[in-house]
Amino acid sequence: MEKAIMSDVDIRRALVRIAHEIIECNEGVEDLVLVGLRTRGVPLAKRLAQILGELEHAQVPLGELDITLYRDDLDTHGLYPSVRRTEIPVNIAGKRVILVDDVLFTGRSVRAAMDAVIDFGRPRCIQLAVLVDRGHRELPIRPDFVGKNVPTSRDEEVKVRLVENDGSDEVIIARGTSEGCL
Amino acid sequence: MNRKDVLDLDDFSPEEIQLVFETADAMKEVLSRPIKKVPALRGKTVVILFYETSTRTRVSFELAAKNLSADVVNITAATSAVAKGESLVDTIRTLQALGADMIVIRHEQSGAPYLVAQHLSGSVLNAGDGWHAHPTQALLDMYTMREKLGRVADLSVVIVGDILHSRVARSNVWGLSKMGARVTLCGPPTLMPMLEKRGSISDLPEVRVEYDIDRALDGADVVMGLRIQKERQDGGLLPSLREYVQLYQLTQERIARAKPGALVMHPGPMNEGIEIAPDVARCSQSVIEDQVSNGVAIRMALLYLLAGYKGHQL
Repeated sequence: MEKAIMSDVDIRRALVRIAHEIIECNEGVEDLVLVGLRTRGVPLAKRLAQILGELEHAQVPLGELDITLYRDDLDTHGLYPSVRRTEIPVNIAGKRVILVDDVLFTGRSVRAAMDAVIDFGRPRCIQLAVLVDRGHRELPIRPDFVGKNVPTSRDEEVKVRLVENDGSDEVIIARGTSEGCL
Repeated sequence: MNRKDVLDLDDFSPEEIQLVFETADAMKEVLSRPIKKVPALRGKTVVILFYETSTRTRVSFELAAKNLSADVVNITAATSAVAKGESLVDTIRTLQALGADMIVIRHEQSGAPYLVAQHLSGSVLNAGDGWHAHPTQALLDMYTMREKLGRVADLSVVIVGDILHSRVARSNVWGLSKMGARVTLCGPPTLMPMLEKRGSISDLPEVRVEYDIDRALDGADVVMGLRIQKERQDGGLLPSLREYVQLYQLTQERIARAKPGALVMHPGPMNEGIEIAPDVARCSQSVIEDQVSNGVAIRMALLYLLAGYKGHQL
């Protein structure tokens, strides 16, 4: 059973609002670096960068982060997942890094992402923007910018589909049997 | 990659080799960072067990394991109980009891890593066994070709030198032919394995054998020199090194017969002035140092991919 909880319009509006909140919270976009978590955080970060650029007439640097090598559950599943390149195009020391991901669940991938980012330098701060917060945190992590809070049960699955990866924009909630991944 | 060991490339599929390359791309990015260390193999113990001398392969494996945060133990035969006569199998059992998760082995006997793999529940990486195989070298060679020329498929690769004693050549023949490259082996007839006489073995990859170096190099994309292994030349297979130099040394004139921009490779260590002229080793076409740095990324990729193996899986 699947239920749509965000449409393409909802996603766009949420991103525009998040962009405004980012600007308000950081008093502009100076020193910001957006870092998308692979896979679906990357296109979301690109879209946010574009909106921020239009609003503030400035280009916000954009990075892509693969957290696989920092995961804490490598030994709990089967074969290790494939690793892709991380690309952080600027020196992040002293910058305000905003991590961007599609769904915030246990918080473990954000923990991994923070460890990875800190290996690239000492940012002034790290903030977190997510399209959906579905609860069930297992670590003391909270998002700074949220598209939509969605109460879920653990056995449900929140799927974010994006044009760039899946051909269309929507967020659906499914009663799944599979464990949510990290 | 669902495998326990890396013993040679004969049992690799092209898809697996491609996965190793893509993983190595990610590892190469890690190597470009200010902090070249990721926590993926924290808590794993990698034993590097070398029964033969080595600089680059041993250091390369050690750095690869350390960059992935594994704990590394180095053992050389001369400084271990091997010198007291302990058998290979007993050494492996001991290392297993001490908690080795993976063993990287170099041994002068062809096939030794296969014996080790039978007695170790963890993974075995062959870092060179006798004349037989050196799979990580072949992978880093192909990875360097892919990086510099954009592909491995359809490349014309000429391997020149002592093919008979060369585990590098053997593993490259397997890997390159699986990836769709055309391989030419070139060297003195006494240093060439008897390929033609074993025509009944039809599952061996197809290679061209050429004894004349000028003909061999015509139109090559990659020229790979092999070390003349002085320690394996006791049998009088070469009349003299001087004759070898005259007939087979990689010189600027000979390299000029290959395609413009062809890569010059060598697995090292080099005998400069014997199999390769010093100016060729350092020419702009030479990627010999890139091979060395790519070796770390390839070995990180293999250690990472093997660490995920957990016995028989669905």
